[in-house]
Parts: sequence; structure tokens; C-alpha cells
Amino acid sequence: MSIGASLKRLEDYNLVTGRGQYVGDLQFPDQCEAVIIRSPHAHAIIRSIDAEEARGLDGVLLILTASDLPDDLRPIPMRLSPDPILEKALQYPLAKDRVRYVGDPVAVIVAKNRYVAEDAADFIHIEYEVLPPVTDAVQSLEPGAPILHPDAGTNEMYLIHGRKGEAAERLKTCEHVLEEELYVQRHSGIPMETRGLLALCDEDERLTVYGAAKVVHFNHQLMARLLNKNIDEIRLVETDCGGGFGPRGEFYPEDYLIPFAAIQLKRPVRWIEDRLEHFKATNHSREQKHRVTVGFDGDGRIYALRDEIFFDQGGYIRTHGTTVPSLTQAMFPGPYDFSDIEIVTHLVLTNKTPVGTYRGPGRFEGTFVRERVIDMVAAHLKLDPTIVRERNYIRPEQMPYSNGLSALGQVIEYDSGDYAETLDRARKFMGWEQFAGKQSRARQEGRFIGLGFASFVEKSGFGPWEFAEVEMRPDGRVICKTGLTEVGQGITTTLAQICSDQLGIPYSDVSVVHGDTALVEKGNGSFATRGAVVGGSAAWHAAGLLKEKLLKVAAEQLKVPVDMLALKDGGVVYAEAGQAAMPLEELLTICSDLGISLCEKYTFHIEHMTYPYGCHAAEVELDPDTGALQILKYYIAYDLGKAINPMLVEGQLIGGMAQGLGGAMYENLKYDEIGQLVSGSFMDYLIPTSMEVPEVTTEILENYPSPLNPLGVKGAGEGGTVAVAPAIANAIVNALQEYAIPFTSLPLRPERIREALKQMKPER
Amino acid sequence: MTEKTAESSRLKTITLKVNQKEYTVDVEPRMLLSDVLRDELRLTGTHVGCEHGVCGACTIMMDGRPVRSCLVFGVQADQADIVTVEGLESQDGELHPLQNGFWEKHGLQCGFCTPGMLMTACHLLEHNPDPSREEIREAISGNLCRCTGYQGIVDAVEYAAKEMRERAE
Ligand code: FES
Ligand code: FES
Repeated sequence: MSIGASLKRLEDYNLVTGRGQYVGDLQFPDQCEAVIIRSPHAHAIIRSIDAEEARGLDGVLLILTASDLPDDLRPIPMRLSPDPILEKALQYPLAKDRVRYVGDPVAVIVAKNRYVAEDAADFIHIEYEVLPPVTDAVQSLEPGAPILHPDAGTNEMYLIHGRKGEAAERLKTCEHVLEEELYVQRHSGIPMETRGLLALCDEDERLTVYGAAKVVHFNHQLMARLLNKNIDEIRLVETDCGGGFGPRGEFYPEDYLIPFAAIQLKRPVRWIEDRLEHFKATNHSREQKHRVTVGFDGDGRIYALRDEIFFDQGGYIRTHGTTVPSLTQAMFPGPYDFSDIEIVTHLVLTNKTPVGTYRGPGRFEGTFVRERVIDMVAAHLKLDPTIVRERNYIRPEQMPYSNGLSALGQVIEYDSGDYAETLDRARKFMGWEQFAGKQSRARQEGRFIGLGFASFVEKSGFGPWEFAEVEMRPDGRVICKTGLTEVGQGITTTLAQICSDQLGIPYSDVSVVHGDTALVEKGNGSFATRGAVVGGSAAWHAAGLLKEKLLKVAAEQLKVPVDMLALKDGGVVYAEAGQAAMPLEELLTICSDLGISLCEKYTFHIEHMTYPYGCHAAEVELDPDTGALQILKYYIAYDLGKAINPMLVEGQLIGGMAQGLGGAMYENLKYDEIGQLVSGSFMDYLIPTSMEVPEVTTEILENYPSPLNPLGVKGAGEGGTVAVAPAIANAIVNALQEYAIPFTSLPLRPERIREALKQMKPER
Repeated sequence: MTEKTAESSRLKTITLKVNQKEYTVDVEPRMLLSDVLRDELRLTGTHVGCEHGVCGACTIMMDGRPVRSCLVFGVQADQADIVTVEGLESQDGELHPLQNGFWEKHGLQCGFCTPGMLMTACHLLEHNPDPSREEIREAISGNLCRCTGYQGIVDAVEYAAKEMRERAE
């Protein structure tokens, strides 16, 4: 059995030897390079653009401004949760008369190489009339705030209202009521490879575009639509991809501009985003303010929950539409059973880079807020926060459980799980029972230690379908074509393991083909932790059909009933005894003689998402002089139903934890009051290094396989990220418990801890 | 002045030894060594993640020291002896113990930071054949990885160190 085994990745040989082929590694004869000119202002009217001088420069091949694009060009539409209300704020590939964030594309220069293109950029003269910007979602709603899209007439593009029961009424009758404001800062995926594209156009105007990622087939259709071409005149090809995490692979202005330039020039045009550009151009994420009210009794049982969320969308609606705010809202109650809920989310425009998804979209934010609130309720009642959690969990016998809210067109319905178990394991591992004693001994030595917990429910397996095609070649090798894409998560190995199990061959005999619209007929791509669940199930079924076909032929040859046979160890065996019945080679020859095609397709449909869950726990120590925080121990328990490759799951959890840690403590896409991004390079946007990320212990549980797919899997991509911030924040508060310092906003910077510690230092 | 003369007057001829092979190329003085390696010599194993010296993806060995090739101009590397990730494998195609370590211990996901990590780790193990986990963490702290959370990388370097010590015995 290769499902369940920690097998080495098939992806790795190329990547460790430098043979990987990322988009920037490709080179074609006559290739030239594009640079995008971006707005230096957060909000301005474009008065004029004079490109004459730049056009005259040696080596400059093409300059495009909005007036050079087709008159009937449409803006970039939404991919997920589209809504006509939002259409007034979509982004055009180049800004027409107004710019709305620092980084808004205004012109494209193509030159023989990037050095020359950058030279030319200095010779383009753009006159702007600067308008007052707005950089805060709450201020953006105030009367008199500058309106970003005059056509829309308001900065509040959307209001999402979700409710179950009567929260307002119920709050009136609760013994205790707590009101808090919490904030999650802007940050994002920041993959190590920036985005890039390479577009080739031949004499017949057929396009090939390298560098696609994530949702290749969707972008294929969209590119054809925007470029006014037939779908079969364009081919999108995925290259190796240096990290996805949500932002990469969505359809951005450049996904139109670079192919368009290639068509104009009939030469290969390459564009590789530089890092400074990436910070301004690629989707940001996460920024939200929450105003929460909870009503509970003296035992910590929470009855009513109300939350008003201000979601900072930035200057335009990008491809995700309302996905992130609606997920925040619908997943906000997490693992708890609250009887009355009311949540209102305002989706607000500001003069900042537009936002999209980032690993655990909506859950990172909601989990921080909710799990802090749980600890606040506990603090208010002087109760053990883990007991408060326990008292509010949805119990296994309540499954399937709907929290009454919906997102992505589905009512949230948790499929299965035992939330208390993961908390129990975390308490045991972290020594929670003995911790109070340990803490007071430490305090006597002048050391501040604290322990915090955070529970979460994730979602995975977003449908509606995924496609796989599995073919056995005459030499016994298997080709598995999938509609998924590889962003570093190991989809190749995962699918190879699934096919290997079905067909009884080594997983290294399976080649996985993905992300090429000429080779894979359809697909939805890799996002929302859907790969193993939806794509894996498609591959399982396609390989299963192939297995049935092979066994049927074998049974006819051997004149035994089909169910006596199985595929194992690279051949046909008698199922019961396991002894060899026919080598695969012979069976393949027979099939080929009989003209039997050994290629099967399967489209796996899924109506509901599936919900993995778990618990994070952190033990921290604070340095009273500097406020520096050290993570002494970090633990994640995660139940995902079934792990196809536990080593890869562990890699996802630990890697995800590091990203969550960045969001919890370091990363901040910070703007000043005129809308300039002041943390737009790695010098001031701090990603955790090997010195900040602690050793993480993970425990992968398979107690509640998903009933919604044949593999029983629930995804692994996001659970490592979503609960880091509250686990650490709760640990900090626990370390400083007698001082009632709120810690209600991220990032939890050391200077804030130091300030807090300074203020409470005893007078000398 | 025609384009040709403008250009040739700017070009400088440099000679570098990369992975034991000698190359002579004409480059503009402003061209980064990372671009020379990648675009001129077509050694694309060396990656560029930031071009401002922070991420470490472009790390190579230059005259025995790990260097960020995005912070060096090609002309500054004239006459240098360079090793890139493509030079880690032995002539007969056997992987370096570090490459094996990364593979065995899941030291990579997207693989983009990997070449830089390998070169940095290579330098560490040359000078410290038996590093502690803390020392490994410190050594690779100038190389950002967004995927792995570093634990697999530390495991990989530990694994390679052990393998190399055993080989040396
Ligand atoms: S590319 Fe050289 S350090 Fe980042
Ligand atoms: S493996 Fe992706 S950045 Fe390190």
C-alpha cells in the first residue's frame, strides 16, 4: 500500500539539482522583456502620458498605455463568488483615467532586455492630479471620504449579513456580556518566486503562455475572452512554481498585458515581477477589523455572538469577489456550538493594493478573533480557557452539524469530528495540568512564561468537480493527467501514490501531467485545499476504472471470476492467497492484441466541502527587557481523516505554521496616511527566518475520515497556519495574566510586549 | 552613434570559472552576476527571489565563500572561481549528500529557495562537519524559505552531515 506511506517526492530530483524549470528559466530566441510602469500615487487622475522620448530609445520595442488597448476591452472579472454589485469596481489591465493604489499599472514597456526597459521607464512622463486617498476601512465609510469608484457611488461595495436565531435579543438576557475590538493586519503569501509570464505568439497569432499557475484552465478561458480569441488559439503551460499560497495564479492585469504585447510584437515577451513590484502588485490579504459581542453564563457557556467586520478590499475588486469576507463570516464560529449568531461584514474599498486569498483565507482572521475572545471570556470568569473551549464545542454526536451560515454558495455543514480530542492531546503534550506550578516557579526566577491554546476548524475539498485521466502505457508506466496544479505542495507524488495503490505498481512508475491546457482537457486547479480531496478522488476513480478493465481481461483469460483477482506488486494476483496469476506485461500484451484502450477518465463531483480540524498550542517566554518572544514549545494536533503521505502532511503543517507565525508576529504591509506602502521590501517586511520558527511537534490524527470522498481525506494545506496567532497571543496573555493587557491586534510585535512590560514594572 | 557602437563600448569581457568550466562573456558593467549566470551562461539553477540581498535564493560559492550573486556585478566576478547548484553533483551524476538529505528529509516543497540553501549549507559543512541543530539554524538564517518552516531543512543538513562524516571515516 502506498497510500499512508511517507514516500520521497517524485518532484525533488529536478529541484535539488537545479534542473527545475521556473518561468524565469525559460529562454527563447528573440525573447524580449517587459516592465510595468506603476502609479506612484495612491489616488490620482491621470492627466497625460508622454511616451515619445522613451519610444525613441535604442532597444525599446513597444510601449502600451490604456489608449493602446482595444476600446471594447472588459475589466478582469471575478472568478469566485461573482456578484453584479461588485462589477463597478473591477480592475482594467491598465488604469484608464484614474489610479487607485500605489502600484496600479499605467503603462507597459517592452525592450530587448529588462535593463533597457527600465532605462526607458525613466523617460516616460506622466502627469497626475493627486486626489486625497483613504487608507482605513472604517474611515472609508465616513461621510465625506473620497469615493474611489464614482460609478459605484460608495466605498462600501457589499454587505454580507449572516444570522442564526436572534443574537440581539439573546444578548439582552445573558448573564455576562463582553464587547471587544480586534484587528488583523494586512499581509500576504509572499512566495519566494515572484510572479512571471512568458508569452509566445506565432505567425498565425497562436499564443503559448508559460508561467500559469493555480487555476490554469480557468485563466485559459478568461485570457481567450479578454484577448478576443478562440480558446484553441491559446495554450497555457504551467512551469515549476516557487510557492503559491493563494496570491499566485489568479488572473492579474499582467496576464492580459504580456500576451497582448506578444501578439503585437510577434516575439516572445517575458515579464518577471521584481520583489519591490511584487509587494505592490500581487494580492494582499487579511486586513480586517472586528467588533465582537458575546453573551455567556457563569460557566463560560457562550450563547450569543455578534460580530461586525470591516474588510479592507483595497482599490479594486479582484478575482475572488466576496470569497474572503464570506468565508471569514461563515467559518467564524469555528468548532463551537453557539445558538444565536449575527454577523455583518462590510466589504470596503480603500486606496491600497487589492486583496485576495492567502492560506486559510478568512480563517486566519476569524480564528484569531474567536480564540482570543474565548480566552477573554475565560479571563473574565477566571476560568481555565481550555475548560471554556470544552464547554462550547460541537459534540461528535451532533455531526453533521450546520452552523447556520453560508459561504461560496454552500451552507457550512461540518461532516465529522471530535474537537475535544485534539485539545485533550494538546493539553497532555504541553503539560497544561502542571503548568501553573511551572509558571510560578519560573516567575520566581524572574522569567515570564505562558501557555496558550487555539482550536480551529478548516475547510477543504472545494468543488464542484475535478478531472483525472489515467492511462497505462504498453510498458506498464502510467500517465495520470489531472486538472490540479503544483505549487510546491507535492500533488505529483500524492496522485502517483493514489494511482499506485489502485494499480498495484510502484508510485515511481506514475507520471503526473498537470497544468497544460493542450494536454489536460479540463480542470479547476489547486486552491482552497482541494487537491487531495477532489483531485485525489478523481484520480482514485479513474485508476479504479482502469483497474476494473484490466482485471476483467485477466479474468477472461484465466477463466476465473473477476473478484478472485487483484492487482498487486506489478501483476495480477489471486486476491485471497496473493500468489501471482499473470504478469502485468502479459496482460498488457493481451489488451493491446485485443485492441483494448487502457485509458480512463473520471470527473469527481462533490457538493459539500469537508472540514478538518485541530488544536495549536504554544509555550512562550518573554524577555522583560526587550519584549522579545521566544517560543519554547509548539504543538499542532490535526485530524484530517486520512493522510495520503504523512511526511508531506507534516511538511504542510510546519510550513503553514511558519507562515502563520509571520502573520502573528512580523509581517505587515503597512501604509502611511498618503497611501504609500512603507514595508515594500524584504528590508522592512519581515518573513520569519530559521531563527524565529521553532521546532514544531505535529500529531496527525485519522480518527474521522471524511464520509464525502472515497479516500476519506480532508485537506492538509491550511491547518498549520490558521491558529498560530491566537495560540501565541493567548500564551503571551497567559504569561502576563495578572496585568490584563488586551493584545487584540496583530502583529504581536516585541515593542508592544516591551511597552506592556515596562508599564507594569514595579516602581523602584 | 549607432546602437552597435554604443553597446560595444559599454561591454566588458570577463572570464569566469563556473563548476570547473571556463567561460568568457561580454557583459555590460551593470549586469548582475545572477543575471550573467542565468541569462548568459544559462545556468538557471541559481534563483533570484528579491534582488536586494535578503532572501539568499541567489547564493553561490565564489572563491570558496558563499556570496549573493544579486549583490555582485558580473564584472566583479572576473577571474573568479564559482560553484553553483549545478556543480554539486559529482561528475558521474551522483548527488551530493546534501541533495540526498533534502530529498530524504522533505527539505523542500516548491524548491525555489533550495539551490541557495544547498550552497549555504555546503559552506557550513565544509567548516563544521558536525553542527548542532542550533548551528544549522544560524547558518541558514540568511536564506528565506516560505514553504518548509525550515524544520525539514535542518533535518536534511543534519542527515547530510552524518552521511559525510561516515564517508570520511
Ligand atoms: S535574490 Fe539575491 S538575495 Fe534575494
Ligand atoms: S521550498 Fe519553497 S521557498 Fe523553500
